[in-house]
Parts: sequence; C-alpha cells; structure tokens
Amino acid sequence: MEFFKTEKTYDFMGKAKIFMAISALLVLASWALLAFKGLNFGIDFAGGTIVQVRYDKPVDIATIRKALKQSELFKEASVTYFGSDREIIIRLKTSTKSLGKDIGDEVRQVLQGTGNFEIRRVDMVGPKVGSELREKGIKATIIALAAILLYVSFRFEWRFALASVLALVHDASIAMGAISLFNIPVNLDILAAILTLLGYSLNDTIIVFDRIREGIVENLKLNDLDQIINDAITKTLSRTMLTSLTTFFVVFTLYLFGGEIIKGFSFTLLVGIIVGTYSSIFIAAPMLKLLGFNLAEYRKKLAEKRKREQEKERMRAMYEQGVV
Amino acid sequence: MGRWLNYRFVIFLLVFIAGVALSLPSLLGFKEGPKITLGLDLQGGLHMLLGVDTKKAIESKVKSIASAIKYFAEDNDILIDELRVEGTQISFKLLDPDDAPKIEEFLAKHKGLVVERERESYRITLTPQEIQSVKEYAIQQAVDTIRNRLDQYGLAEPTVAKQGKEKILVELPGIKSPEEEQRVRQLIAKAAHLQLMAVDEDRQARVNRMSPEEAAQYGDVILEDRQGRKYLLKEIPILDGSMITDARVAFDQNNQPVINFTLNSEGARIFGDFTAKNVGKRLAVVLDDVVYSAPVIRERIGGGSGQISGGFTVEEAHDVAIALRSGALLAPVYMEEKRSVGPSLGADSIRSSFIALVSGFILVVLFMAIYYGIAGIIADIALVANLFLIIGIMALFGATLTLPGMAGIVLTVGMAVDANVIINERIRELLRQGVSVRKAIEQGYKNAMSAILDANITTLIAAIVLYAYGTGPIKGFALTISIGILASMLTAIVGTHGIYEALLPSIERDRNFAKWFGIKV
Repeated sequence: MEFFKTEKTYDFMGKAKIFMAISALLVLASWALLAFKGLNFGIDFAGGTIVQVRYDKPVDIATIRKALKQSELFKEASVTYFGSDREIIIRLKTSTKSLGKDIGDEVRQVLQGTGNFEIRRVDMVGPKVGSELREKGIKATIIALAAILLYVSFRFEWRFALASVLALVHDASIAMGAISLFNIPVNLDILAAILTLLGYSLNDTIIVFDRIREGIVENLKLNDLDQIINDAITKTLSRTMLTSLTTFFVVFTLYLFGGEIIKGFSFTLLVGIIVGTYSSIFIAAPMLKLLGFNLAEYRKKLAEKRKREQEKERMRAMYEQGVV
Repeated sequence: MGRWLNYRFVIFLLVFIAGVALSLPSLLGFKEGPKITLGLDLQGGLHMLLGVDTKKAIESKVKSIASAIKYFAEDNDILIDELRVEGTQISFKLLDPDDAPKIEEFLAKHKGLVVERERESYRITLTPQEIQSVKEYAIQQAVDTIRNRLDQYGLAEPTVAKQGKEKILVELPGIKSPEEEQRVRQLIAKAAHLQLMAVDEDRQARVNRMSPEEAAQYGDVILEDRQGRKYLLKEIPILDGSMITDARVAFDQNNQPVINFTLNSEGARIFGDFTAKNVGKRLAVVLDDVVYSAPVIRERIGGGSGQISGGFTVEEAHDVAIALRSGALLAPVYMEEKRSVGPSLGADSIRSSFIALVSGFILVVLFMAIYYGIAGIIADIALVANLFLIIGIMALFGATLTLPGMAGIVLTVGMAVDANVIINERIRELLRQGVSVRKAIEQGYKNAMSAILDANITTLIAAIVLYAYGTGPIKGFALTISIGILASMLTAIVGTHGIYEALLPSIERDRNFAKWFGIKV
C-alpha cells in the first residue's frame, strides 16, 4: 500500500504564504486566549485540593453541594462529574496543614448520608510546594528548549536550529491555546505532554531538515532552494504521515480508554501531534527560507569544511609516513 | 539455517529472550525473580511530603535547658528567681552573687550557649551554629521517629526519607481505607510529648479566673484535661518523655486500657527526688499539652515507672504506646503535599491503561502489516521485542511503573515503529530506482541512520530533562519513554536488519515486492 505518488513533487513552497498566514492567525489567536482567558492552573501549580468520590449509584450534584455547605471549609468548592454520573470531583483552592484531620477526612464526614460512597483519591498541594513545582516546570521547559536548540545547531546550521525552535514555539503556543480554550486544568502531566510534543514535533522537523541537507549536498547543480525543500518534504511525506498516524492511533486509544485521569494529558498530545505534523510539513522549512538561508553560502561552508578535513587527513598521512 | 546466524539477528534474539525472561515475573506475578514495582497511583496508597516546624524544636531545646538549670540550682542549693523562657531566650536572677562561679561553670558545660550577665541577671540564648544543628537534628530525628513508628505499626514497605533540605517524604502502599489512612496520619503526627508537671497548688484554686498572661507571670501555664477541667501547672516540667525507655499497653482493674511507662536511671532519680519532696501535692501527667491525670503524691515513687490513664480506646492506647516508645517528635510535622489513591482507583487505572495499550498495539501492528506487507510484520516483531525489553529492563532495575509511565509505554508503541517506517521508506525509494534488493536494504539502513539518530536523541533530551525536573509519577513517564527509545534502537534497527539479512535469499528469489515491501515496482 502507498499513500502518496512518488513521481510527483508537491509544491509546498509555492503555497508557503498561505500556510504561514494560517499559522500566524492560529498562533495569535492562541496568544490572545492565553492573555485574556489564561490557563486554568490545577493544584500542582496553584496549590489546593481535589477529592474524587464514587457512589454506588448515580448522584445529584445539588445534593453534594448542599452537604458540603455544612462546613465553612467548602464554601468555595467546585463540584463536577468525573467520567460518569456516579463519580464526582470536588475542587478546592485551599489546602490544610494538619495531618490528623485533613480535607479528605472532612469530606468523608460531611458527605455522610448522601449515599454509599467511596473516596478514591485525595490530592493536596500546599502553596509552597505549588510554587516550587511551578518554578521547576518553567526551568524544565527552558532547559529542554535550550538543549534541543544546542543539539540542532551542532548537527546543522544555526538557521536550521532557529527555524525548528520557531516551529516548536508555534506548536506549543497552539497546544496551550487549545488547553486554555477547553479549560483543561494544567498540572504536571500537561507539562509532560507539552515537553513530549516538543520532542515529537522536532522529530518530524529534523527528518525533513535531514533530507533538505541531503538534497543540498547530493545534487550540487540544483540551485533552487524551493525545489530542494519541495523534494525533501515530498520524499519524507509518507514517513511523516505514517508515524503521525501510528502515534495518533495510540494516543487516541489512550484518550478513549485510558481513563479520566489522563484525559487532559492525552488530549494535549492529540492536539500536539496534529499541530506538530502540520508544522513540520508546512512551517519549519519555509521558516528556514524566511530566516535568510543562503544555499550558495552553505555549500561554500560545507566545501571548506570538507577541504579542511581532507587537509587534516593529508597531514596525518604525511606525518604517519614520517615526511614531516 | 546458517543465514539466521548473522550477528545482528543473534544479538536481537538474545535480547528478545532476555527481555521475555526478565518480564515474565512481572507479567505473570511470580513470587521469585525481578519485578516491576507499581507506583502508588497504580497500586493505591498514600504519598506525603511533610514539612518540619523547626522553630518549635528550638523552643523546646531552650525549655529543656531551663529545666536543667532549675534542677541544677535546686540540687546545689543555689537560689534563683524569675526563671523565665521567652521564645528562644532564658532569663533568671541569681539571689546570691557568690553562687555565680558555680552556675557559670555549669552553663559552660553546655555547648552552643551565649550567656550574657548584667549584675545578677542572666540572659541565655543559642548560638547560630547551635540553632542550625538543632534544626538539622530535629529533621533527622523526625525521619527516624516516623520510620520507627510506621515499622512498629506494621505497614508493609513504608518509605520515609529526607527530601531536599527540610522536607520528609513518606510513601505508604497498602493502606486499605480512608479510616486507616487517617489513623496512620495521626500516628505520624503525634508529638508524643510526655511531660510530668507539678500542679501550682498555691494558686490552683483561682485557675478558672486566671488569664494565660497572668499565669505566665507566675511561671505557670494553664492546660485542660479531656473533660475541659483546667489545671495550673509549673511551666518548666519535672521531666519529659526523652527519659522514657519503654511504654506498653496494659489494662487497669476496670479493664480500661492504660499505658505503663518506664524511665531511665536519670529520669528515675529525678522522679524519685521530686516525689519525695512533694508528698501531698499533685503531679500532672501531660501528653501533647493535654492533662491525662493529676494524682496526689502519697509517697516517694522509686523504681522509675509510671502510668498514663484517662479513657483511651484500645486503638488509641496502642498508637500512643508506639509513639512514646519511638520517642517524641522534637518538632511538629505538617502536610505540604499529599496524594492518596484508593486501591480500587489504582486497579481501574491499570485496567484502562492496559486496554489502551492493547488496542493501540493492535491498531499499529495491523496498520504496519497492511501498509508494508512482510516488512511491516518484521517491524511488528521488533515492536513486540521492544515492549518485552521495556518491561524487562524496568524489572531488572526494580523501577517503578506509574500511570503516566503506562502512558509512556503506549506512546512508545506508536513512536518505536518510526525507525522502521523511515528505513522502509528508504528501501522502497531505492527499489523504485531499480537498485537490487540486497543493495536497497543495505543502503536503506545507511541512509536512514542519521535521521533516526537525530530524531531519537532530541526526544531523549526532552525525556531526560523531564526526568531530572519531574516529580513522582511524571518521572515514571520520562523513564518509560527513555527506555523505549533506547530499546527501539536495538530492536528496530539492529533486530530488523538481522531478519532482513536472513530473509534476503528468499526475497531475491521471490522478487514479489508487493508481498515483501507493499509496493509495485
């Protein structure tokens, strides 16, 4: 089976402007969402408590709210269903320090008489830990990005690195825009999903770049950068689509069957895979051109590098023969 | 058969077998052999990060120095007045200046004290180094004490460890119910600070009308018993729980649970001396600032043993005895973070992530086989080997599998075939150019290599950073992803190459590329 015709080279660069415009729009919309609506930080980063309770039969949220009113502690609690109408989540912005009687114990007490229930999960993060996790999260993202940038500039040229990081910013922005739009609580797992999608999207981009570099070196007579890029994207197209498809499959099954707890995580990855694949095909390579990548200059640098290596080789050979 | 003896295939086979062998104990639940540990989010349990209120430790250290000064003065007939503790400062007045050398010699024996003297008035504080060391000791002592208590309580495999500079990590698998969890939390947090205090008999009659500030003027504190009755007690205790050597639950004549405790020799001496001098007065047994009983001293009590009674339930008495035996917490602990998962939720998470893994796996395997023909099946074999290898490696190192870790394995299923996709695409490309099969395979692997390496290394960078900065379950995700990437290098690159090498003569004879590589040439 084959998805794409191989005889034909698709003209991606010819339509680059359209895709750039779409992307710019999406990124700006995401930034606007982040600026005005903001992210819904979950307890990992904001501190607070969540209590997950399951009943043996469907339960009315109003009943729960009424029961929670008994205690001053739950004045600002939010109650929502979690996956089914038998299971609920109680969210609080506050946490307690006492070990002897914590919010979970308190919930157990005030919910007496609302039916047969089981407290399945109590997560509580104090303000100090929350701010530490936040700090760590920001650090992790910056270090990951810097390390990737460093690696790509080492393997390619700085413009490749910058183009791939810009593509990553594009992906992360849109994924975070989606997180904001769907009001998904941002916890550590979401951070993990974003870092994973950065690695994943970069994967795709690098494979395209690898092909572009190959095209530059292999056919020295071809001086049309657009055509080299088009060729490279076309040749990697089925690979990009296939891997995205298999990854999409597994993340989709994770989203469907993996349970409520990792829904946010798998949702972020789903968005990330779509955006990451799109950006690797339509955004990263045109970005390279936009950054002023110069074919002749790059070839000259490569030729010089090769010459230096040959020179070194020659010197070594002479040295080994005892001429020097 | 000889064709299968190429080095790549042999390595692959050995790794495959090792992976299966190492993962079987985990998958089939053998008693023996290396096994993956399930994270608390999958098996259920309690994870807590505790803070230590080290300020309290310093205050109580100061208080115990004050007790020692008082005891020394009384023992040596040195008259002192207005002995007070305010925060971290002790002050007193010496009535007879001639006693100054004696008391100063005594103070000099204590390390880490700053002693200031203004005529007969003394002010004593701790040096900054001493404060630091008291803090550190309090944290270490809390770790040891909590571990000791949990061991005695009898929970399976508790983890208690210092985390960072001043936090304590407590992980308890195998908690069965929220009620048990609360009981264990109470046991951990119990200060178990036992004090034997003298009742201020001169003023006790006025206690109900006295404010705490007024009591402080006399060097007293007001404490209540469990029924709310107030007692006026000398602030500086006669002795405290640090001198206890043993505490056991027993039953009194009414069959009520009580706790018998035994003091060490120093404690016994102090206790004996005090009771001898104070016959007819009352002695309060105070645990964590609650008065349990205040019996009248009838005669000197030697032997150094005593009893705490006062309406315990059997469970309570059991936990109090554990806490007394393991010693008081020098500083109170409080909760900074808690993650508690019930066993039923853990089981649900295992089930649902396993369903996701199996269905994702089937989709990918079918897709690869349909798209690439036998080349796809070869990639599938590598994928199966990869899965066993991930589980096997994790079992070998006793790594912990968490829910995000399971998600990582699911994700690996999707991403591990990537290397084979890249290779297969390269082989197809060369075949279309009319290159011989042998050359197409060799060249295909060669051409694909730099892309595969770059792609895997960048993902690995993200995973490593995540491992370094992530906490708890997220670390599990970074771990499975990293192992998956490394394992895929072996299975998807070396393994499949070996299989092709062995099959090459058959492919060359057959030349049916639709069957082998899913393309028409």
